[in-house]
Amino acid sequence: MAGLAAAFGSGAMTNSIEDLEDADVILVTGSNTTENHPVLSSFIKRAFLRKTTKLLLVDPRKIKLAEFAHQWIQPNLGTDVAWINGLMHVIIKENLHDKDFVEKRTEGFEELKAVVEKFNPEYVEKITGIKASEIISAAKLFAQAKAGCIIYCMGITQHTTGTDNVKSLANLSMLCGNLGIRGGGVNPLRGQNNVQGACDMGGLPNVFTAYQPVTNKDARLKLEELWGVKDLSDKPGLTATQMVPLAHDKIVKALYIIGENPLVSDPDLNHAKKSFDNLDFLVVQDIFMTETAQAADVVFPSACFAEKDGTFSNTERRVQRIRKAVNPPGDAKTDWEILSGVAQKMGYNMDYKCAEDIMDEIRITTPSYKGITYQRIEKTGLHWPCPDENHPGTPILHTSQFPRGKGLFHAIDFIPPAEQTDDKYPLYLTTGRIIYHYHTGTMTRKVDGLNEQAPENFVEISSKDANQLDLKNNSMVKVASRRGTIEVRLKISEKAKQGTIFIPFHFAESAVNLLTNAALDPVSKIPEFKVCAVNLSAAA
Amino acid sequence: MNNPNKISINGNFFSFVQGETILSVAKKNCIEIPTLCYLKNTTPSGSCNICVVEIEGSADLVTACTTLAENNMEIHTESVKVIESRKSTLTALLSSGNHNCSICGTSSSGWTDFQLKVHKEDKTSQLCPVWGDCRLQDLAYRYQVTGNPDIKGFDKVYPLEDVNPFIVRDFSRCIMCGRCVKACREIQVNNAINFSDNKSIKKIITPEDNNLKNSDCVFCGECIQACPVGALVEKDVRYSTRPWETKKVKTTCSYCGVGCQIYLHVKDNQVVKVTGVEGNPPNYGSLCVKGRFGFNFIQSQDRLTTPLIKENGTFKEASWEEAFELVANKLKEIQKNHGSDSIGVLTSARVSNEENYVAHKFCRAVLKTNNIDHCARL
Ligand code: SF4
Ligand code: SF4
Repeated sequence: MAGLAAAFGSGAMTNSIEDLEDADVILVTGSNTTENHPVLSSFIKRAFLRKTTKLLLVDPRKIKLAEFAHQWIQPNLGTDVAWINGLMHVIIKENLHDKDFVEKRTEGFEELKAVVEKFNPEYVEKITGIKASEIISAAKLFAQAKAGCIIYCMGITQHTTGTDNVKSLANLSMLCGNLGIRGGGVNPLRGQNNVQGACDMGGLPNVFTAYQPVTNKDARLKLEELWGVKDLSDKPGLTATQMVPLAHDKIVKALYIIGENPLVSDPDLNHAKKSFDNLDFLVVQDIFMTETAQAADVVFPSACFAEKDGTFSNTERRVQRIRKAVNPPGDAKTDWEILSGVAQKMGYNMDYKCAEDIMDEIRITTPSYKGITYQRIEKTGLHWPCPDENHPGTPILHTSQFPRGKGLFHAIDFIPPAEQTDDKYPLYLTTGRIIYHYHTGTMTRKVDGLNEQAPENFVEISSKDANQLDLKNNSMVKVASRRGTIEVRLKISEKAKQGTIFIPFHFAESAVNLLTNAALDPVSKIPEFKVCAVNLSAAA
Repeated sequence: MNNPNKISINGNFFSFVQGETILSVAKKNCIEIPTLCYLKNTTPSGSCNICVVEIEGSADLVTACTTLAENNMEIHTESVKVIESRKSTLTALLSSGNHNCSICGTSSSGWTDFQLKVHKEDKTSQLCPVWGDCRLQDLAYRYQVTGNPDIKGFDKVYPLEDVNPFIVRDFSRCIMCGRCVKACREIQVNNAINFSDNKSIKKIITPEDNNLKNSDCVFCGECIQACPVGALVEKDVRYSTRPWETKKVKTTCSYCGVGCQIYLHVKDNQVVKVTGVEGNPPNYGSLCVKGRFGFNFIQSQDRLTTPLIKENGTFKEASWEEAFELVANKLKEIQKNHGSDSIGVLTSARVSNEENYVAHKFCRAVLKTNNIDHCARL
C-alpha cells in the first residue's frame, strides 16, 4: 500500500463498500471481483441492474464482470502505467479534469502533465494493445462521472511496478476530483480477511501500530514506557520478501511464522525451499500441518477463528468482532496465548486475561482505534479512524484534507515487466484465485464440497494458443519457466486472452509459484506474481 | 385528515413519502403485515397474496407490497375479509405441495394424493427438514389452517435434485413464491435460476433446466436463505440438524477481506451450518460459497492438537511447557550469538488484530528487532 501512502499519506481503502451504490462510474482493474470478493461484487452487479452506475472494466482476462461492463478494455499484461497515463493524457487534453480539486487539494500537477504528454492514444495503443479510440472513450467515461470509484486488487500490486501502478491510479482519481466524496475514492481490495488489521497492528517492519514510524523517537518512548522495556530498535526491519533470501545467505538464522504458508505462497519456490533449509531454527504456529510447518523445528497448534474472541478489520477499515463458538481441538491455544507463553519463558511478563484486555492496550497505542471498544462494536463494526469513544467512525477518508496535507501527484513513466517472453518462453503466465478455494488451500481444501467443485489445479488457455501448440482440452501439460516446471490439466477457456495463460495458486502439489518470478517492486517489495514467461508442452 | 401524505392503518395515522408502498409504511411503524413472497430490496411481485389488506371504499383487497400509499387511504390489515382471504390462500398453498406438517397426528386421512405420492418416493418418515423453521408453517399456525385433501395439488412430481455438494432442491415443497429467483437475480445477480416461460411448469429452473451443477450457479446459497419453506436446504443440514438443537454465534467470516457477518450454528461443539446476518453491514445477509459452505475445516481430523518438536527429522508430541522452554532457549541463544536482527517474525493476515498486536509486541519488545512482516504482499 506504499503507493497510496505516498500519494495521500495513508494507504487503505478510502471509501466504504456501500459507497459503491452511489458511484456513477466504477473502474475495476486487476480484481477478479466475482471470484475473490464475491459479496462485494454483488454491489457492483446490483448497481449495474439499477442502471445508475456504469462499469469500466480493465482486465486482460474475460472475467465474469465483463458481462456487466459498459466498457471493457484488455491491456497487455504489465502495461498498467501506460493505459492509466493514456487516460490522463486524454482527460487533460480535453480539459475534463477537476481544476478546482487539482488546485486546492493537490500538488505536482505540472510534473504529471509533463510526463503524460507523450502518452497519446496511439502511443498507448502500441504498448498496451488497447485501441486508441477505446482509450479516448474510457477516459471520457471516467472523467465525466460525478463520482468515479476505482477498485483494484493484486492484479495491480503484484508487479515489479506495483507501487507505480497504484500511484498512477491515485493520480487518476485526484485528477478527476474523486476523493473525499461518496461513491468515489481509490479502493484496494484486501485478499485475506485481516490484511488491513495486520498492517494496522504494526505487522510491518517499518512502523508500529497505526503506521507510526519506528524511526519516530516519541513513538518509541511511549511504547517503551507502556511495555516496560528499553532500547526498542529504531532501524526499520526486513520485509518477508527480504527475509527469505537473507535466510538463504545465512544472515537470518531463525524465523517465527504465525499462520502463514510461505512454502506455497512465495515466488520462485525452489529458491525459497533452500532458504528454509538453511535456517538454524524455524517455529510455526498453525491450525494444520502445512508445507511450511513440516519444515519447522517446533510446531504450535493454534485455535482457528471460530474458537476465539477478538476482532478483524475488513477491507473497508471496519473493525468487527469475532467470537468463540466452539472449543479448540485437543491442546490447541489461541495465537496470543502461545506468543505470551514464549515471551514469559524468555523473561518478559505478558499475562493478558482475555482478548478484550489486549484491545484495551491497542486503544492506548493506536490513535486510529482509540474510540473502538468491544461494547461499541457489539452489533455493527466501526470504520477507523475513530479517535474517541463518541466518534462515529470514518467511512470516507480525506473529505477535507489528506493526512500529508495536499495530495501528491507522482509523475511516472512506463517500465515494462521484469520478464519478457522470447522464443524459448513464448507465453505470459499470470496467477490468481478461483472462487472455491482460498489462498494456499490449507482450509478450503479440507472441505469436501469445495474440493468436489474444484478438485485439481489447471491452466487456462485460449483455444487459439491451444490449437497452435496442438494441445487437447483436459489433457495433462507441462508448464515451464526459467525457474521450474509443473504439470497441470489444460482447460481451454474463453476467459483467456491469446498469448497469456492463467494458473491459480491454491494447489500445493503443483504449486504455480515454482514458476513465478521473485523480482520485487523496489518500494513495496511485492514480487511480480502476475507476469512471467513460460512455455507449454504435452506431459509425457 | 386533509394533511398531505397521510394514511391511516387500523385507525392510526401515519405519514409517508411519495412512492412508498403500504407495506413499507406499515413496517416503518412496526405494524406487522405477514408476507411470504416479498424479499427486501428486490422488486415486489405481489404474487403470493398473503400481504393483502383492505382499503375502505374499495371492493377488492390489494397486496400491500405492491400498492403505493395514497393520501387519505384508510387501511385495515387484519379485517375479517383479510383474514378470510389469507386463510384460503394458505389452505391452497398447503394443499399444493408436500406440506403436511400442520396436520395433527400421523393420520394420513388429511393428506392430498400428491402428498401421499411424494411421501412414498421420499423414503423417509422424518418431519420436514425445516420443521420449526418455516414461514409457511408459522403462518398456517397463526391463522389455524391445514391443507384440504380435496384441493388438487401439483399433478407432477419433479424429482428431488441433490447432485451438487451443497444444495438440495426439493420441488415437492416449493410454493413458487419466487424469493429464490429474486435472491439470485436481484441480490447476488448470478442469474442462475428463474421461472419457466411455460406457465404449466411448476418448477424454478436453470436456463436449460439443467441441475445447478451444470448451470451458472456459484453456490452462494442466497436462495436457501431466502426460501421460506423446505424446498431449498443445505445438503449437510438436511435431516441431520434441527434448529432447536443449535445455538447461533455471531462472528466474522475468516476468508476474504469483505468480512461478511455470519452466524455459526453450533451443535455439540461442532459448527454445523453458517448463515449470513441479515440487516447488518457489510454483507446484509449475503455470503459466498466459501463463507457459507467452507466451514468443515474447523472440525477436520487433520487439525493440529498438540505441540510438536522435531527430533532427527521426525516430529514427536510435546507438552506446552517443554515446547515453550525449547523455543525460548533457542531464540535467546540465537539472539545472543548472532544479534536480534538475525531473527524474523512473519505474522498473519489471517489471525485477529489482538494476535497481530501481541506478535508485534513480542517481536519488538522481546526479540528486540523490527524484522516483522506478514504475507499480504504474497
Ligand atoms: S446458490 Fe446462489 S447462484 Fe446458485 S441458484 Fe442459489 S442464489 Fe443463485
Ligand atoms: S462470505 Fe465470501 S465474500 Fe464474504 S467474507 Fe467470506 S469469503 Fe468474503
